[in-house]
Formats: sequence, C-alpha cells, structure tokens
Amino acid sequence: MADYSWPEADRRGQIGRRPARLDGPVKSTGFARYPSDQNPPGLLAAKILTCPHAHARILGMETSAAEAMPGVRVVHVIQGEGSEIQWAGDEVVAVAAETEDIARDAVRAIQVEYEVLPHFVTEEHRDRAPAAQPGSERTDGDPDAAFASAHRVVEQTLGMPQMAHMCLEPHGQVAAWDGDELEVHASTQAVSTLGGQFASELGIPATQVRIRTEYMGGGFGSKFSPDRWGIVGAELARKAGAPVKLFLDRDQEVSVAGSRPSAFARIRVAADEQGKLVAWDSDSWGSGGLPGTGQTPLPYVFSRLPNRRLRHTSVPTNLAGSRAWRAPNHPQACFLTMASLDDLADELDLDPIDFLDRNLDLTGRADVYREELGIAAEMAGWEERWQPRKRSRDSALQRGLGVSIHTWGGRGHSSNCDVTVHPDGAVEVRIGSQDIGTGTRTVVAQVLAETFGLELHQVRVSLGDNRFPQSGPSGGSSTVGGVSASTRRAAQDALGEVLARVAPRLEAEPEQLKAAGGRVFVEGEPSRGMSWPEAAAQIGGAPVSARGRNPGPGRLISSGVGGVQIAEVEVDMDTGVVRVERMVAVQDCGLIINRRLAESQVYGGLIMGVGYALFEEWIPDPVTGRLLNADMEFYKLAGLMDVGSLEVHMMTGPAYDERGVIGLGEPPVISPGAAISNAVANAIGVRVPYLPLTPDRVLDALAADGGVA
Amino acid sequence: MRSFSYAAPTTIEQAVSLLEVEGSEVLAGGTDLLSLLKDDVERVERLVSLRGVEDLSGIDASGGRLRIGAMTTLQDLRDHAGATEAVPALVTAIDGVASAQLRAMGTVGGDLLQRPRCWYYRRGYGLLALGRDGGSMIAEGDNRYHAIFPDGHARFVSPSSLAPLLVALGAEATVRGPDGERRVPVEALYRAPQAEGERENTLGRGELLVEVTAAVSGVRSAVYEVRQRRSLDWPLMAAAVSLTGEGPRVDQARIVLGHAAPIPWLAVAAGEVAAGGELTPARIEEAAEKAASGARPMSGNRFKVQLARTATRRALGLAAGMEA
Repeated sequence: MADYSWPEADRRGQIGRRPARLDGPVKSTGFARYPSDQNPPGLLAAKILTCPHAHARILGMETSAAEAMPGVRVVHVIQGEGSEIQWAGDEVVAVAAETEDIARDAVRAIQVEYEVLPHFVTEEHRDRAPAAQPGSERTDGDPDAAFASAHRVVEQTLGMPQMAHMCLEPHGQVAAWDGDELEVHASTQAVSTLGGQFASELGIPATQVRIRTEYMGGGFGSKFSPDRWGIVGAELARKAGAPVKLFLDRDQEVSVAGSRPSAFARIRVAADEQGKLVAWDSDSWGSGGLPGTGQTPLPYVFSRLPNRRLRHTSVPTNLAGSRAWRAPNHPQACFLTMASLDDLADELDLDPIDFLDRNLDLTGRADVYREELGIAAEMAGWEERWQPRKRSRDSALQRGLGVSIHTWGGRGHSSNCDVTVHPDGAVEVRIGSQDIGTGTRTVVAQVLAETFGLELHQVRVSLGDNRFPQSGPSGGSSTVGGVSASTRRAAQDALGEVLARVAPRLEAEPEQLKAAGGRVFVEGEPSRGMSWPEAAAQIGGAPVSARGRNPGPGRLISSGVGGVQIAEVEVDMDTGVVRVERMVAVQDCGLIINRRLAESQVYGGLIMGVGYALFEEWIPDPVTGRLLNADMEFYKLAGLMDVGSLEVHMMTGPAYDERGVIGLGEPPVISPGAAISNAVANAIGVRVPYLPLTPDRVLDALAADGGVA
Repeated sequence: MRSFSYAAPTTIEQAVSLLEVEGSEVLAGGTDLLSLLKDDVERVERLVSLRGVEDLSGIDASGGRLRIGAMTTLQDLRDHAGATEAVPALVTAIDGVASAQLRAMGTVGGDLLQRPRCWYYRRGYGLLALGRDGGSMIAEGDNRYHAIFPDGHARFVSPSSLAPLLVALGAEATVRGPDGERRVPVEALYRAPQAEGERENTLGRGELLVEVTAAVSGVRSAVYEVRQRRSLDWPLMAAAVSLTGEGPRVDQARIVLGHAAPIPWLAVAAGEVAAGGELTPARIEEAAEKAASGARPMSGNRFKVQLARTATRRALGLAAGMEA
C-alpha cells in the first residue's frame, strides 16, 4: 500500500500555489450553464400559488378557471381543502404551462378560501409567545457563589433576528422524464444523495434518477434536499409528459427557502481581579420558524469557562423552518459571547485583546489564538489606533475597533472518486461532488496535477453527476478535506500502477520513480526517464483506474481551526449610520491547496458578515405575519461600497501544513457580527444590543445612554 | 401579467386624448410601473408611452431659468453642464438614484410622479393599507420606513428624489390636459389621499406633466440624504434647501423634507427661522429643530425625527458653504 501523504513544502508543484479558478472565465462571460439555464426542447414553466396568511386553514379552492386557460398543461394541488398552513408563503397549488407568463396568470386565476387563524412571528417578545418551549437548566460548578465573589459582573440582553440565505440562484430545478427515468438539473449542495431522495418521494428506484449540477448559484446550507418544489416539479413533468422548469420567485426564495435562526439571551458574565473569567449565566431563546430552535454553543470558544448556568427556550413562530446557514449556530453564539466579554473587558478597564489573551487557556486552541491575535493586532494597527471606549460625543463621526475570535471543525466528509489514466496520458477524476462556488473543481485538479507531476490544463475534473462515485454533500466546510483526500489516494494508486509498468523500462524499482514536470524519472537522475505520455503508453491498450476513498489511510486531513477578526468602523452619531471601514481576518485551515481560493473564502465570509452585522434581517409583519421585505429592495445585502477594506492573512508553515487539509467555508463568517458590534461599542461608548446595527438601533442605544436622539 | 393595450402617440395632443380614457396610464421610463403590473399591484387598460412624443424632453438652462422636459432622463440631466452649474444640488439628488440603469432609463417626470415604496402597498394592501376593521395596518404593523408627518390615513412617504429640491427652488410644473395648459407650483402636484383608490398626485384624467421650470439665478441650494447603504438604497430621510440673499445674508429660505410625509414636506416655519439674517450655526440648529417639530412618529420610526433634524442641519450647512 502506498504511503498516502502530501508532499513536503520543497517538493510541491501545485499545492499552496495561487491558480485562478478554472471555471472563472466561463462564469464571468456567462457561458457557464447553471441548472436554471437549462432549456431542453418542449420545456414547460411552473409557478406556485402560495398562502398569503401566516396561519390559516384552507376551506375551499376553485382551480377550473386556471385549468381552462389556453397553454396551461397541469394544475397540481399541493395542499387541498382542510389543510392547515403554518407560514405565509407555504405552497398550495402548482401550475405548469407553456410559458412563464401563462403559468403566472393561471396561478392568479386560482381562488382559495382561507379561514385565517392567529399567528405569532415576533419571538423577541418571548413573553408573548403562545407555544414557547423552555428547556431544562444546566449548571456546572457553583455560578451563584462565583458571581457573588466576582470582581466585576456585566449583565444585559443581546440578540439577533432571523435572516435569509438569499441565494442569488433561487432554489429549483429542471426535471425531465424519459419513460420512467428522471433527469434533474438541480441547484443543489448534495449531488450524490439527492437522487435517492427524489426516488423515494416519487416511488421509483433510485437507479432511475439522474442528478446533474455542473454549476450552482449559492446554497450556504439551504440546498441539501429536493424540497417540496423539487418533488412537485417532477410530478408536474410526469403528468405533462414534458420537461418542467420550476425555480422559486424571489419572494418565495426569501420567505421559505432558507433562514438562520434568531438568538436572544439575557447574559451575565463575571471576572476576577486578574481579569480571568469566573462565571457565566445565560437565559437564551430564539426561533427557527415553526420548529423553534435549539441552544447555541454558549459560552462560545471559551468552553472551559467554569461555573456556568444555561437555560434555553425554543420559540416556535409562524415562519418557514430554518435551515443550516453557513456555520450553523456559531455566528449567534459568537456575537452573544464576544459582545458580553467585550463589555466585561470595558468594565475591567482592560484592552479587549489583553482580556481575551488572559483567558485563552479556557479555549481549546490557546497557542493558535495567541499567535493570530498578535498578527491581527499588528495588521490592524491596534496599538496605535485602539482607544478605550469613548464617552464623549465631541464630533459627529466616531471611529472604533473591535475584536472577536471563532472556531470550527471542518473535517473532510465521506468521499469516493475514480481516477483514470488513459494510454495517451490523459488523466481524469470522476467524483460525485459539486462545486458550490467555492472552487472545488480547481482544488481537485490541483491535487491530480500535483500527484502526476502535470499542469492544471493536462488533467480533467468531472463532477456534478450522481453517476460518479458518491461524495458527500457540501456542508460544514467538509468538502475540501473529503475530495482532496479521496483524489490524492486514487491518484497515488493510479500513478503507482503506471510506475510499476514503467519501472522495468528504466531498469529501476517503482519506488525509485518520481512523476514531476511532465516526466517520469528515477529520483536523483532526471535523465533516466521519459515523458508522461511515453510513460502512460506503457500501460497498454486499456486505461488504468483506481478508486479513492475518504476516510482512508494516511494523514491527509484534520479538523479544528481558530480565527481572529478585527473590525474598524465609523459611526455617524447624528444619524446612527455605521460604515465598516476595514476588516482584518487571520485564519488557519491546515494545509492550503489554493491560496487564492482560500483567501476568497475569507473575503466572501467577511462580505456576508458585514451583511448580517449591518443590514440583513427578516422583517415579519406583526399584523399579517408575512415578511415585509421578501425582495431585494428592503432585504438589504451588502454592496461592494459597503464592505470597506478587507485584509486577509492565512496561517501557513510547517506547524499548520502538517495537520493536512481542513475546511474553510464556515469559519470566516462567524466573527464579523461580534467584531463589528464591538467596534461600534468602542466608537460610541455604549453597546447596541441587537444586530443588525441599523440607524434606529444605534440611535436608540445612544438615547438610552442619555445622549442625543 | 394581465393584458393591456399599448399606445405610442407622437404628439402631446394625441397623448392627452389617449389618457382621457379611463384606465389609461402614462408609461415613461418604465422602471417601476412594469413591476407593479407584473406583481398585480396596479392594473391598467392601456399604457400610453411618452417615449415618442416630441417636445417632452430637453433641458434649457439660459437666462437664469432652468427648464426640464418631463421625459428627460435623469442621466441626461446629470450630464447637462448648464443645469448642474446652475443647480449643483441636482448632482447629489440624481446620484442618489441607484443604479446607473435606473438613471439611464428613469425620467424626471417619472421620478416626480413615481408610486410610493410602502411595503404594504407593494404587497397589495392598498396605498392606505387599511385592514378589514378599517384600522391602519401601517400604524399597527412595521412602520420603520414610513411617515413622521402622516396625514390622516396616508402614512406612506413620498419617494421622489427630485421633488424636495424642485419644491425648495420654488419650481413650477406645466401640466397639459383636455382643458389646455396649467402651471402650478411643484408642491401642488402632490396630495395625501384619504380614501383607498385615490392617487397621491393631483393630475386629473387626461392630464400629463410636460415640464418643470425654476428661477435659479442667485439661489444657493443643497440636498442631504441619510442613507444606510452606500450602494442601491433608498434614503431614510432627505432634506433639500434653497437660500436667496446677498453674501452671507439669507432673505428667503425654503426647506423641504423627502421620505418624511406622503408629500414633499415643505417646512415653512423652519424656512422662516433660517431667513432674515446671516445663517449662523445657532440659526441652523434652530431651523433644523423647527423642521422636525410637529412630527408625529409611529411605533417604529421615532428615529426618523432625529434624521429629519440632522438632514436639515446638514443641507443648510452645505447650502451656506459650511462643513456639513
């Protein structure tokens, strides 16, 4: 068995370099065909009638006018008479028609009679919730005694609302039947597992469902299942005998296709005279729509904090159920914890970086955080620029700095792939994974090229098809570890077979041979070798193939990372408008395969983070229970002019590289909310207790502190 | 999308006679009306496109007067050296209209007469959003972006980017209709409807906005908008001011708030405070306070009172040539 490992730093050809993503040109020129770009002949368009009420019972329905409209092919009732609807935007009837306009008109022609029932959508008011579910209390140590003898205690209520994933390519698919075989072009994060889910819902064998996802326009954790609209789309196509495209409209995308649970908490935290954390007490609640939501990991990062009491109440609301949102529960826990600690540092008259540093032994990764805090402080100019919180309001514009730290696992998922070497030297990997925009295709190509000593253009990566060997869903930062490890193992094995055939020709043992620079040669004697095509030709007429798996032998991957972020903001004291001037991010993720794409993940996390720190929130209407901002006008995403200067430092070097590959999608999006909130508190002298940091919330906090407004 | 007929007149007279028929609606830049139709928020029998009508676009900035045709695009106005030299604040007002696509397609008339952005209206609950019991959904619901000077049931805000500035300048609108031409102050184009189905402008059936004119000689003007995002966002509050008078002395001041009321909110008393002497910081502060006085915020928009004060103070400061 081969020794599965990554090459040492001085022997790397591809790994650690900064190649541009392979699909950049086709994406930026518009040639990349996303699932929503698929237009097979005879395609029908589907639209869905949704319920406008947050809680209602369907008393009756009249679909005949829609059925009679010219161009309407199928009217499919999803929830009929007697059904109880639990959130606005829930699907009631679907229509497939010859054009999108006809489908929309037909949906409008359907009459549904509802009995409107009471709803609850404002979970920040826990006391008003009709169905709050308090959990049991968990206590470690003796929090009451620790608080009683503590040097400083801070106590306050903090929170952040539910918000949307807002995928720019909405959820949906193109479904086409050929006899009883179904092909689905799906915008999904789970190519290998989606087919089985379609099959069981549709009552056909899993072998009869083909899933294709060459590209997809964003998922962030919300695209792991066929969803009701997927099954409905396939049913419409089956009934119509024609392919059907069903992608959600923007209001549906915002309302029902993915949200992050809210998190509120009354938090008390205490420190002793040395600035060491000694006690924690949190009474938290939140909602992820109808199912409510569980406890976030409090206290975050400082998980060894002694003397803790935790209570949590799950609050169901008449809103669509939440989905995993990039780093599930972590941004919430990070904000609740790091804001509390930041206020405690202020109470202790300590620099927050110093305060974090004094308590790093309460984390699992003290050395990494310490090193990263030093680098981040240096990059941000913390020493020169940071000042204790200001209480004066001498000018309209105030600047401040804030810091936060975060952690994530990121172990590679289960992954299989086939690497094939053809006699002409062509090399291909087939892997049932998906590139959700993170650069998976490019990273896999680098691993292949690295192993065979080739350039990127000499290898082929085929993914996004469930006929390829099954590879895990892309979630939890698990993809890069999974696919790089399975590809490396398969590639080493396939190369081993080639070398075994080449060795006799070079009068050497296979173990002496090396593939690099487009050649195979005896290590230390470059002239004793042959070109890669000549070497491949030695395998004879049939290709050589090897299956790679993860998990598997050899130390290729690991898990557990730490990151530090510092935000610098400017706050207009007279308007409450917050500008992020600068974000500094320092992040480790083990061995980095592609530096450019790794940095891109961090940039993306920071941009998304500025979004939820300053702008993004679901705004459910207390009157109707509908979202009032299910659009791109008042559901505000951060634009390029809003994100400030972003500076990224990736931790590299032997200590990091030797850990192997670790995922990076989630970590950089965890800290921005906390870091930006802390920077605002530093700028204006008072905590704005809620995210996003909108002008009304900032002015409210200033007014509560006895200031202007 | 519901069917409608489409007419493309080439003269103002034709346009007027087409618009006289009930259910007809002007199509100018089309940047918003088509979305309202697709979303079934508004219904029309006929769209009357003004794109091909002569004499409706064009800018004249000579002789101390500014004349802007209603079909002039915002970008053309932004790019007109004579207009922006005469009224530099036009640049601020137009640059606030994001995106470039909207500036390129959107027209001056369309900006002045655009429909409100109220999220109840846009979800089909009507401009006044009165619930089944006749109560205000806006007052009982989420009104963070709504009026701090509501007028009866009208609680939406006038969204026009140009109206506050044009009203501050004392501009006049020329309106053509079946009974000929009338000229009214721009503020007279607006009203706060009190019954569902009433419009927020005063144009009668068959009437269309032809142009706006303003005397701009010796006038100092400024616009300040409070916007949460730098990219693609509506102002939370806007203030436009115009000042006349020799040197530092202000004889007359007009202060108008946008996004504050169902109409462009002419703060007469605040203007009186600002006029009648040199515009000192203390006087500016007093005028800003006055501009926001009488505000009746709702449950979620108290912060906009503070924004009205700030926007007024900064617009006055800009017009007076002080640091904002």
